[in-house]
Amino acid sequence: MRKAVALLLVLVVGAGFYVVLANIPFGVDKADVANHYVRNGARETGAVNIVTAIVVAYRGFDTLGEVTVLFIAAVGVGAVLLPASRPAAEEKTEASLIVRTGSRVLFPFIILLGAYILVHGHLTPGGGFQGGAVIASGFLLLYLAWPGQGAARKAFSAVESLSGLAFVAVGILGIVYGVGFLGNFLPLGVRNELLSAGVIPIIYVAIGLKVGAELAGVVGHLMERP
Amino acid sequence: MEQVANYMYYAGGGGLILIGLYMVLAKTNLVKIILGLSFLDTGIHVLLVAIGYVRGRTAPIFSEGIADTTAVVDPVPQALVLTAIVIGVGVLGLALALAIQVYRHYGTLDVAKMKGLKW
Amino acid sequence: MIIIEAILILFMLVAAVATSLFRDLISAVVTCAAVSLLASLLFYLLDAPDVAMAEAAIGAGLTTAMFVVAVRKTKRHEE
Repeated sequence: MRKAVALLLVLVVGAGFYVVLANIPFGVDKADVANHYVRNGARETGAVNIVTAIVVAYRGFDTLGEVTVLFIAAVGVGAVLLPASRPAAEEKTEASLIVRTGSRVLFPFIILLGAYILVHGHLTPGGGFQGGAVIASGFLLLYLAWPGQGAARKAFSAVESLSGLAFVAVGILGIVYGVGFLGNFLPLGVRNELLSAGVIPIIYVAIGLKVGAELAGVVGHLMERP
Repeated sequence: MEQVANYMYYAGGGGLILIGLYMVLAKTNLVKIILGLSFLDTGIHVLLVAIGYVRGRTAPIFSEGIADTTAVVDPVPQALVLTAIVIGVGVLGLALALAIQVYRHYGTLDVAKMKGLKW
Repeated sequence: MIIIEAILILFMLVAAVATSLFRDLISAVVTCAAVSLLASLLFYLLDAPDVAMAEAAIGAGLTTAMFVVAVRKTKRHEE
């Protein structure tokens, strides 16, 4: 009975999709606001990656909201998983020799790759979110190789809070210098160089560290409590 | 053939949304319901990026050697989807933590057996 | 080119249907990772390299790890 009603609802929603999507042409130029961002983005913000310029400079306030939502989710995971009522009687089996040796060799390279993606966010595809996710994957590898000795939980919380504060502090510095919240107050520099595009690299480094520490903390919470 | 080539991305994204919707409504295992939620998210992202695609243009990055007047695809849906992916993984983490806690309390993950939800 | 894109979209939908039909939850989670990987390929073919990188790192890496940890702490088979 329940499956039949669900199937009927899915078919009705599918028909609605068909009626709407048949009128949207595929592969045709549609929006006008994108023209302004594409033509003037590289000149006004100094970043050659237009998606980075939109996420950090033109729509920076939405990124602040997204960082807040992620923070609330990470706090929620820590609050929901109460300590178990029974003591941790299961002993953790150790990972095999290949996993331990491999993770010892791979971990510095993964962190290096994540830092590279982070810092070059305004020049190549990449940026804060992708670099933070790669760094969190490196810490996940450490959790798998040495179960039972979690990485320092307090260090993750400290890095996460300090990065969030740095993001808001850069925004307030924009108000102090008179260009509005999250405005640009550093010189734009030469295009296609590492130290260019004003405050965009600084903001993206703060966001990347925050996202990386948060995701590593969430995975650590899920794995630790028995 | 022309019709298929024009609308197959919309069909892919829309199909993923419908499969996710069916899993949320009709399945009784809590982990399957959360998997359906993840499919809903991925389907919406594919649909959004497909709406912003323009034929014959390239990615919106002006590296060295690429002129400023090159035609690029629409970058606004890509910025929105980037934020949405990260929010999706945060929500998924919280949902899985709640599922673990529910299993500890009730001993089962079957939503049809959880009597405490009835009045 | 159209043939390759059509095959990838078809694989993605078939993997999504397979996820809902598996009874062993670990198999369902692995097929969910396959859907994320194919979606990341589609993002690359739609000229969106930033989104493709984010989906590959987050969808096929961290989401799968969280699901496997959650299934390990609860039941493995759906009744």
